[in-house]
Amino acid sequence: MTYVDDRYNMTAADVFDLECTGISKEFGDFRAVDDVSFRIPSGTFFSILGPSGCGKTTLMRMIAGFEDPTRGDISIKGVSVLSTPPNKRNVKMVFQHLALFPMMDVYDNIAYGLRCAGAAKEEIARRVADVLERVALPDLARREIHQLSGGQKQRIAIARCMALNPDVLLLDEPLGALDLKLREAMKIELKLLQHQFDTTFVYITHDQSEALVMSDYVAVMNAGRFEQVGRPEELYHAPKTAFVAGFVGDSNRWKGRALEVRSDGIKVETDAGLSVVATAYGESPIAEGAAVEIFVRPEFISATKPGEPTPPAAGENEHTGTIDSVLFNGANSRVLVRSPSGTLIEADVVVTGSGEDVREGDPVRLTWARAQSMCFSV
Amino acid sequence: MSSDVKRLSLILLFSPFALWIVLLILLPHIGMVALSLREKVAPRVYEFGFGNYIDFINEPIYWNTLLRTGSMSLLVTALALLIGFPVAYYIAKIAGKRSRGALFLMCLIPLWVSDLIRAFGWILLLRETGVISSFLIWTGMTDHGIEFLYNDVTVIIGLVYTVILFMIVPLVSTLDGMGDDMIEAGYNLGGNSLTVLRRIIIPYAMPGIVAGCIVVFMLTAGSYLTPILLGGKNSSWFTEQIYDQFITRFNWESGAAFGFLLLAFTSFVVWLGLRLSGQSLTNTVART
Repeated sequence: MTYVDDRYNMTAADVFDLECTGISKEFGDFRAVDDVSFRIPSGTFFSILGPSGCGKTTLMRMIAGFEDPTRGDISIKGVSVLSTPPNKRNVKMVFQHLALFPMMDVYDNIAYGLRCAGAAKEEIARRVADVLERVALPDLARREIHQLSGGQKQRIAIARCMALNPDVLLLDEPLGALDLKLREAMKIELKLLQHQFDTTFVYITHDQSEALVMSDYVAVMNAGRFEQVGRPEELYHAPKTAFVAGFVGDSNRWKGRALEVRSDGIKVETDAGLSVVATAYGESPIAEGAAVEIFVRPEFISATKPGEPTPPAAGENEHTGTIDSVLFNGANSRVLVRSPSGTLIEADVVVTGSGEDVREGDPVRLTWARAQSMCFSV
Repeated sequence: MSSDVKRLSLILLFSPFALWIVLLILLPHIGMVALSLREKVAPRVYEFGFGNYIDFINEPIYWNTLLRTGSMSLLVTALALLIGFPVAYYIAKIAGKRSRGALFLMCLIPLWVSDLIRAFGWILLLRETGVISSFLIWTGMTDHGIEFLYNDVTVIIGLVYTVILFMIVPLVSTLDGMGDDMIEAGYNLGGNSLTVLRRIIIPYAMPGIVAGCIVVFMLTAGSYLTPILLGGKNSSWFTEQIYDQFITRFNWESGAAFGFLLLAFTSFVVWLGLRLSGQSLTNTVART
């Protein structure tokens, strides 16, 4: 099964920076990567998103050449690289812990690859200065690695790879070790760096917000397979599988049974007894009486006080409940609402800080559109 | 009250170390220096002077022995590094987690047997009527027994065997601290096996290499048993000279001078090695 989308053929060039065809990797009986195919056009920020142990690191190590695939082919710029050793592939990698060489200073770290390639001394000096300029750290050439901050190390690790003009840059969760504030800043910075270098970035992460913010395309990976490849908004709004719906973004997630399947919607009763009108998603059809799973994103549920007008289109699902707790988080504040059936429903609210705000124990009316209840057969 | 207890426990903890340094290292050495600066002018009559050191310089056999001991110790150190590095690399980076402990233990096992017994083991193998010689006669490669003992090669083999563990241990511990991603990054950025070894693995392991070399060099230059047993009278190891002065000739003054000269010489070699490799004692020996 391949998820190669025709929209990838967006440019005249038929050569893709990176193309994997049916690659699998088995460790004994365990299949870490299972028949994965994808193509990445030039200059794309491509993320592979999946929970830990889904095979994404193995996939990346195969692209870099540290592992050989059991089956399948990997081509870079249209040429198969399976027989090329890792040091001859023009694929550079930013490691999870960066792997900067602690016994060399910044200049020597960046010059290492150029020296391996046999560049002349003046050429090395020029290229190092140039790449340091581009990552906006021109004065750090003679700094030792242990004197750099986390964000600077990150940029030096990228600069070290970019000095070699790679066809593809692989990034293996490089933001994992940073603290939250720096991580947020580096997300934007990575995206800007990718634009500036105009190189294909393949970014591996388990953090869906990193993938959504930075990527042009995201592949969601689970148990060694690609569940879906698409633009971030596509994955978010039109997931093809229940796994993608659950993994990308936050959702209210309920298991239930389809009571009635009609062309304009499916009537579902959840295990807890909540009845919901939903729309069928995914590839396998839903039969009446079948077990289903429903995902509703909190931002599509509007919580209004009784008596207030409700949004007109949102009236297809309507439930009343009481507010169990208010989860204040600035612009991303939520309420947890307990419905009469006992189900807890998460909904986004605006907390302004005035007396109008909802409080614990308030009665509230929740409404959302049928189209926003994504129903998958289990 | 509590600060007094703290101070007392600090003193108690520190005292064995202080006693050891002062009583067993500092005092004997001061005594040695004082002893070495006494000249015998008549029976039981001594004078202050540098006569013992001047004797050393005037007698070529003495300083030749010292230079010979130094250069052979350097050779032993180099050989121990050459053989120990691949072993340490295999234990730290290639062997699986489970076999690592077993391999390390196997390196340690020879230490459970005393130096003397191990040297006799070599003698058993290498003497004229020993295992190797007999084997060669049995295969018909030679018709009379061969004496493998009492030459420099045997001494060096025996010394390398005795000290190599002290090279492997610090090397394993530094190489263990190097992440696999460091090596992978070396390849990923275009390096071949030689560049990765030369530019990444060896510079990273440098503190361990230097620490191992210092320990091995000091142990070799100061060893007595192995050179004597395997090299016989021909070994001319400097420790043998010192032993001679003290025990055979009963010339303690000269023996003390020789002992002090050995210490000064080996310290100088170590200092030179540190200068040349750009390392310091604190980040090598003190770290492992």
